[in-house]
Amino acid sequence: MSVIAHDVYAGDRTPARRQQPTGFGMALHRAKKGLRSPTPYLMVFGIAVWLFAYWLLCEGLSLPRFEKIPGPVTILSDWISANPQQGTSIYTPDYYQHIYVSCRRILIAFVLATALGVPLGLLMGWSAKVKDYTFPLFETLRPIPIMAWVPLAILMFAGYETPVIFLATLASFFATTLNTMLGVQSIDESYFRAAGCLGSRKRDVFWHVVVPGAMPFIFTGLQISIGVAWFSLVAAEMVSGDFGLGYLILSSYVNSVTVPMVIGMLTLGFVGWFSSAIVRFVGNRLMQWHVKALAMQGR
Amino acid sequence: MSAVTALPSQAPAPRVFKRRSKFERAVSSPRFWRGIAGILAFLALWEFGAWAKAGLGLEIPFFGKLPAPSAVAAAAAEVVVQPGYWWSWVESYKRVLGGFVIAMILGIPFGLALAVNKYFRDVFFPPFEILRPIPPLAWVPASLIFWPTNEMSIIFVTFLGAFFTIVINVLGGARTIDVRYLRAAQSMGATQWHLFSRVILPGTLPSIFTGAAVGMGITWNVVLAAEMVSGGGSQAGGGLGFFIWSSYMGGSMEHIIVGMISIGIAGYLSSALIRVLGERVMPWRRAF
Amino acid sequence: MQSQIFSAPTVPTKGAISIRDVTKIYDPDGAQVMAVDHCSMEIAPGEVCMIVGPSGCGKTTLLNAIAGFHSITEGEILLDGVPLCGPKHPLASQASDRIVVFQNGALFPWKTLAENVAYGPMVQRRWPKAECIERARAALKEAGLGNVADKYPGEVSSGMARRAEIVRALINEPKVLLLDEPYRAMDALTKQIMHEALLEMYDRTKVTIYFITHDLEEAIFLGDKVYVMTTRPCRVKKVIDIDLPRPRDYTTLTSEAFRLLVKEADEAVHEEALKAFQAGEREMA
Repeated sequence: MSVIAHDVYAGDRTPARRQQPTGFGMALHRAKKGLRSPTPYLMVFGIAVWLFAYWLLCEGLSLPRFEKIPGPVTILSDWISANPQQGTSIYTPDYYQHIYVSCRRILIAFVLATALGVPLGLLMGWSAKVKDYTFPLFETLRPIPIMAWVPLAILMFAGYETPVIFLATLASFFATTLNTMLGVQSIDESYFRAAGCLGSRKRDVFWHVVVPGAMPFIFTGLQISIGVAWFSLVAAEMVSGDFGLGYLILSSYVNSVTVPMVIGMLTLGFVGWFSSAIVRFVGNRLMQWHVKALAMQGR
Repeated sequence: MSAVTALPSQAPAPRVFKRRSKFERAVSSPRFWRGIAGILAFLALWEFGAWAKAGLGLEIPFFGKLPAPSAVAAAAAEVVVQPGYWWSWVESYKRVLGGFVIAMILGIPFGLALAVNKYFRDVFFPPFEILRPIPPLAWVPASLIFWPTNEMSIIFVTFLGAFFTIVINVLGGARTIDVRYLRAAQSMGATQWHLFSRVILPGTLPSIFTGAAVGMGITWNVVLAAEMVSGGGSQAGGGLGFFIWSSYMGGSMEHIIVGMISIGIAGYLSSALIRVLGERVMPWRRAF
Repeated sequence: MQSQIFSAPTVPTKGAISIRDVTKIYDPDGAQVMAVDHCSMEIAPGEVCMIVGPSGCGKTTLLNAIAGFHSITEGEILLDGVPLCGPKHPLASQASDRIVVFQNGALFPWKTLAENVAYGPMVQRRWPKAECIERARAALKEAGLGNVADKYPGEVSSGMARRAEIVRALINEPKVLLLDEPYRAMDALTKQIMHEALLEMYDRTKVTIYFITHDLEEAIFLGDKVYVMTTRPCRVKKVIDIDLPRPRDYTTLTSEAFRLLVKEADEAVHEEALKAFQAGEREMA
């Protein structure tokens, strides 16, 4: 007789009628529960207080120095006006041109950096030899802040486009490679051993252990990397550029129009946040196992 | 089953292996030489790139556009004897440390307050999160307009760059403290203040130092950017960013690279300082 | 119950391990920690061999040497008379005739249980991929894990995960199953169920088992032989033959013979545990 037949865990015989909650149902439940707590109201209150303080300082009281900064009312009315006083709003095609150019540059840089950084990082983490040869060089170049590369990049590459993309790629390459390498090194030794016991060849270990095991770190790295890509993009566009949000900010400053400058900053914040949300979303999609395990641990 | 007798005490004599110092072992390991080989290969390729362009008219991508490392070394030897160069180190360090220290002083309490008090977090975190994604460099023009002097605006932007990172790290660190430590302290009769100063604060220290290390990297970037964008004028002692910028204006690639290497070293030294400080303050982490 | 997946062996499965005079010294250039000192053992094919000893005594070092994770400094280890590692090859090769079940579990968290079980046959190209998955499902079902076959290890209880790991090992028909304190973190009740499940799988496959534990009752309940090891450096202190009849179940635990064996083993282990405790070394767990 099988002991498993009266085993409490025995899968096939547990009544599996319990309805699993759907994603939508869970979200609804959470939203309902959230509205009963003070959190959402306090959040709205916090933002309102902050906006009011901003308005009061810059427009309401027009305190010295603060008066030079456009207040929320000025910004918003210009931002959504069809005839903006200072030249930039959601109705001007230039605004979208700036956003498009920046996003395109980021996309190229991010794809390039990922395509180069992830394989290199995987190799560095997996093979001690590859790491021995490349890591010291890597660590020699990495402390040089990306800003310090700007003039060199402008001199080395012709035009506006290439230096900007080069700088953004460089910054995100370092972040991606380093995190991927750390990701491989963070994989528990016993997974490699288990794979060895089960008769894996090197290739199997790479595809079935190294790559999926490093995935959570890789995606953390990609989120950092897209952040630093934006960071260096702004730096590069401010110094050299003909379009783009960084250029919009600096050229507005040079032309003494402050509203487009702040619009550029806020747009940058939003686009930057949105791009990293996309990376997070893709990561969670690819790593269902990770998401589910975290959920089981109640995190 | 008669082996229950005591362990025989005459254990076989251990084989003799030579013991060597840490340094000896590092130098004799292939790892050390591989690293050196990697760096040398890079330098050789770089030198070859410059040489190939001059001698053969052949342009290797990337390296072909750069001056040779030997030319850079010559320029560096020239520059390091000038006092002006060292003053730009001092200038940059002053700005970095100024903004960084202010960010620590304001960021750590703010992050801790966000972590310990839920209402405080609900009210102050959303505006913080709205501002955080804006890259620090995007603040440069606005702060140039707002602050009366260039110096103040540079320090302000530097402060911003480090502030967001530190706050996020402190908040994350304080919230991941194991609840068991808090319970243990409570069960031993700790007051609220003790709970904060003896458990939460030390528990957050590792994250504070992580945040500081990352913040330091951002800080250097911001100082350089600010020096390049604003200090582009004719100020004396404009810092290392200005050193690079003026070399750029003068079209001397050798000097640009000398400047980059200097900043690399400066940045590395400041991160090393944070690491050493971290080990000092957190002796329990040193063993790992 | 007759299994369709793990065919009942007609001849005893091979899997004799000879450990001959094995010594292991960690870090010979520096600290020179002697983990195993001239240790010898003979494990017969199909024997359940339980290794008991204080924490950090070097039991795991021997397991690592058999599995091919660590080299040995002196001596040799043979499997069915063929040297695995010896003076010429201090590191054994890793192969699917010796499979380890790890202390903290090593199911790949990024694969479902079925994919995990199918992994071994798949990389060894035993069957086409689809068949591997199919057989894996059947094996899981037989072990009572049919309805969690498509879950990730992070979603199931540790007991289920550990059992799936044993299924993952056995589907490769190994000669030796090496278990490194697999039930260490489990509560007594779960452990009991795990023991019975393991015994049942053993009765079906008659695989040689090398099982490390520091739970004496577990050792006596499961084993044919219990090896009590000395504290570091590791040597065999005492071998206890367990002549309790098989199949065993939970009623065995209360029998008089069982009690006597526990008492006998306890005396040997206690002395070593005391020594290890006084040495105060940090557990190598």
